[in-house]
Amino acid sequence: MSEHDEPMPTHETGGHVGGVHRKVDAMERMRGVTRYTDDLKLPRMLHAKIKRSPHPHAKILSIDASAALAMPGVHAVITGRDLPTPYGIIPWTPDETALCVEKALYVGDGIACVAADDEDTAIEALEKIDVKYEVLEPLYDPEQALERRDNQINPYSRKGNLSKKVLLEFGDIDGTLEQSDLVVEGDYFFEGTTHAAIEPHCAVAHVEPSGVLTVWSATQVSHYLHRELAKVLDMPANRIRVIQPPLGGAFGGKSEPFDLEFCVAKLALMTGRPVKLLYTREEVFYSHRGRHPMKMKYRTGFTKDGKITAVDAFTILDGGAYSSFGLVTTYYSGQLLCAPYGFDAYRFHSRRAYTNKPACGPKRGHGSVQPRFAIECQIDKAAEQLGLDPIDMRLHNDIGPNAQTVNEFRVGSNGFSECLRRVRASSSWDAKRKELPYGRGLGVAGSTYISGTNYPIYPNDMPQAAVQITLDRSGRARVFSGANDIGQGSNTMLAVIAGNELGLPLEHIRVLSADTDLCPVDLGAYSSRITLMVGNACLEAAQKLRRQVTTAVGKRWDVPRKRVTLADGQAIDREDPERNVPLAEAFQWAEADEGLLSATGSYNTPKDRHGDYRGGTIGASPAYSFTAHVAEVDVDRSTGIVDVKTIWVAHDCGRALSRKIVEGQMEGSAYMGFAEAIMEQHIVDPGHNGVHPGPSLLDYRLPTFLDTPDLEALIVESPDAQGPYGAKEAGEGPLHPSIPAIANAIYDAVGVRMDSLPFTPPRVLAAIEARAAREKAGELEPHKPTLGGAQETA
Amino acid sequence: MSGPSPASAPDAILLRTSINGDAVSVAVEPHHTLLEVLRYQLDLIGSKQGCDKGDCGACTVQIDGKPALACLTLAVHAEGRAVTTVEGLGDAHGGCHPLQDAFDRHDAAQCGFCTPGILMSADSLLRRNPRPVSRDEVREALAGNLCRCTGYTKILDAVVDASEVMHGHGSDDAKKEVAQ
Repeated sequence: MSEHDEPMPTHETGGHVGGVHRKVDAMERMRGVTRYTDDLKLPRMLHAKIKRSPHPHAKILSIDASAALAMPGVHAVITGRDLPTPYGIIPWTPDETALCVEKALYVGDGIACVAADDEDTAIEALEKIDVKYEVLEPLYDPEQALERRDNQINPYSRKGNLSKKVLLEFGDIDGTLEQSDLVVEGDYFFEGTTHAAIEPHCAVAHVEPSGVLTVWSATQVSHYLHRELAKVLDMPANRIRVIQPPLGGAFGGKSEPFDLEFCVAKLALMTGRPVKLLYTREEVFYSHRGRHPMKMKYRTGFTKDGKITAVDAFTILDGGAYSSFGLVTTYYSGQLLCAPYGFDAYRFHSRRAYTNKPACGPKRGHGSVQPRFAIECQIDKAAEQLGLDPIDMRLHNDIGPNAQTVNEFRVGSNGFSECLRRVRASSSWDAKRKELPYGRGLGVAGSTYISGTNYPIYPNDMPQAAVQITLDRSGRARVFSGANDIGQGSNTMLAVIAGNELGLPLEHIRVLSADTDLCPVDLGAYSSRITLMVGNACLEAAQKLRRQVTTAVGKRWDVPRKRVTLADGQAIDREDPERNVPLAEAFQWAEADEGLLSATGSYNTPKDRHGDYRGGTIGASPAYSFTAHVAEVDVDRSTGIVDVKTIWVAHDCGRALSRKIVEGQMEGSAYMGFAEAIMEQHIVDPGHNGVHPGPSLLDYRLPTFLDTPDLEALIVESPDAQGPYGAKEAGEGPLHPSIPAIANAIYDAVGVRMDSLPFTPPRVLAAIEARAAREKAGELEPHKPTLGGAQETA
Repeated sequence: MSGPSPASAPDAILLRTSINGDAVSVAVEPHHTLLEVLRYQLDLIGSKQGCDKGDCGACTVQIDGKPALACLTLAVHAEGRAVTTVEGLGDAHGGCHPLQDAFDRHDAAQCGFCTPGILMSADSLLRRNPRPVSRDEVREALAGNLCRCTGYTKILDAVVDASEVMHGHGSDDAKKEVAQ
């Protein structure tokens, strides 16, 4: 029996796909009864705290924990020597240890961990651990770090302070630039930002009497955590169970193992008691793994009618103390730039440096938000110089569907032009942009993003996603999936697909996810992979079961299987809808015929989506999403304050499986990009020994209800043959254009180019004043002179 | 803070308060916050700790009907007062407050971690205004509650919708569901 002998079901099957749903797990969160990791409490549980380095770069000479261990209520202390095996989320770059062994590489690096009866005692014990350091010279600037061969930061690095270098060239870049009608050159700086999920990281470990170690963690990648725990603890993976309880946001900030998971596991093994560790908010900031600062130098060639000819990108990434996902980030800084615009020549040269700062890693839109800022500003500058409308120019450069990018990625469906048309219409771009006075402006930007990466982080030929579904006699489906629901709604997505195929209302579907003892392996919540990959696996499993159920019903009714449809909790005869039976009974018939009703589905990526050059697989995806934003700003010429009024977000998600969830992803993405454009800065202060200037949710400024612009989500559906029902990603792509759209709107408003992030009032004001001085000196015409002009600013 | 000191500590104080309508007597450390006592001694885990310093609003409860940050309130401050947490929000509404229902219909909770605090602030707004509220009023009232997932849009939709439902001009979605 082949599961492929039926046509792709249309979404009327069970009526769920494309609808609006109450999420399967939201109400218990709103009633305050959902147990997140810190809500777990086990009998005789100990509490752990980590002692952290006060120095940005120091050799550890000695650690004396005897006074701490002698305290009543203290049960164990561990140091780096108890967990010395280096690990890394990327298997080629194992350059960190659970706690520092030889050296501390940034302020906040973990040195020792205490388990005590309660947290107060653990905190007191930290003070009694005596650590002697030899302080070393810290390096904060990535370019300086690359030059300093005499001062290697990370002891595991093989190339000094160079963490990764990528140089790729496609087509004749120098010749094409030379022949271009216009070459725009620009220098851009993207300050780093962090995730700031409202739930701090937390982990609990417990050893069962059988010896099985269970780790509950606020992680978004249970499988990789499982692997790294086995490696660092030197335990077989089959003796470890990882459970991700409901998660309070992640955004990439929980996508690799952290010190706390190894520490609670080791301490639970040592003490025989459950151990919990909850980060303070300050520790969350120092743990970071957020967006890399990038210094980007771009040259972009254009024809006089606005066609992009060539892109030459030179990028320095500030990686912080450890590799994290940095190998991938370094590739992504160039590889994800070759759509939605087609061009024939491309070169990117990216280098990632180690510095004595919290390590950078993946944040929503991993590695490609920063170069997207640069390229979209380049295009806007070209449109200005060529006298073209920026939306027209982007339409003109759209690579289109079923295309191949210059770096040999295969693009399937592409709704980019439709995205541009939607934001153009909704923002009244054509009429409004001509009329907005000085100080008000509209800007546009576009982008693309992956729906999962074509290859897993560690090479293997096994499926990238798998789902098991069982049906039982009560008329219920249980969906077992290793995927991590981090708030993006993936549990509901699975219920929508299973319910659609099986005709079940969502409340009759139990999604059991992210428990390595119960669920098939899934790689986790990163790279916007879950809807496409896990959705496809779920669809396959559900279709197998639907076939079993409709066969059993057809047999009872003596009609062909295909006359039986499953909808609204019933099996129904398509030709005689009066004949129907509740699904519970239909499932019982099928179980009588077939035995226990259980099916698996799995998904692996097509391998023909990329070139075969070294690095050509990184950034390749089964399907690409597309986004366009228009932002409207009001810039105060006397203060430099940028008030973003509205962002129109059009996003091609292939097909919206659940419309409000998709809109929520688009709105949340646009908000997060807006925040990075206007407010957020994750930095450490070299003038103060490398400490974070404000590791709190007050000083690290997150937009409030009052700061956030109106966000207009416009769903565009360009179904992709690779996605379940045509669906592609919606969780990360819609972030990308926020930042350049705002930058371009600021230019439209006041005639200044903001090439460094964030666009804080002092920076914007300085740019306005610099322009005013040039206008006064006769070097520049006033901006928007016919619409109220900039004359007054002089 | 992830757990309390033993309540048998010598300096513990007996706190007598009302929580979600129940009389509660509990020995608390004088330096422990209401949030610590709610979460780790009384197992009322609905109030969340996002920052433990009054920045995020995830721990918002109501004390004598007014919103308060439980992480900045010493537990002893609740002596003789009436504390309402998100677990008790639906009590007067058959278990589900119209705000909770509206948040559910609008997918206004993504990860849901900030949601209890937002619901407690929003309920206070709706009780202060016995009429439907505007989006701007909601923005003002919820400015102390951070959400990192939603971009706030769906929360604004849900709070305005709930206020309309409570005053008899429910949204079409709500009416449709009620009719079913």
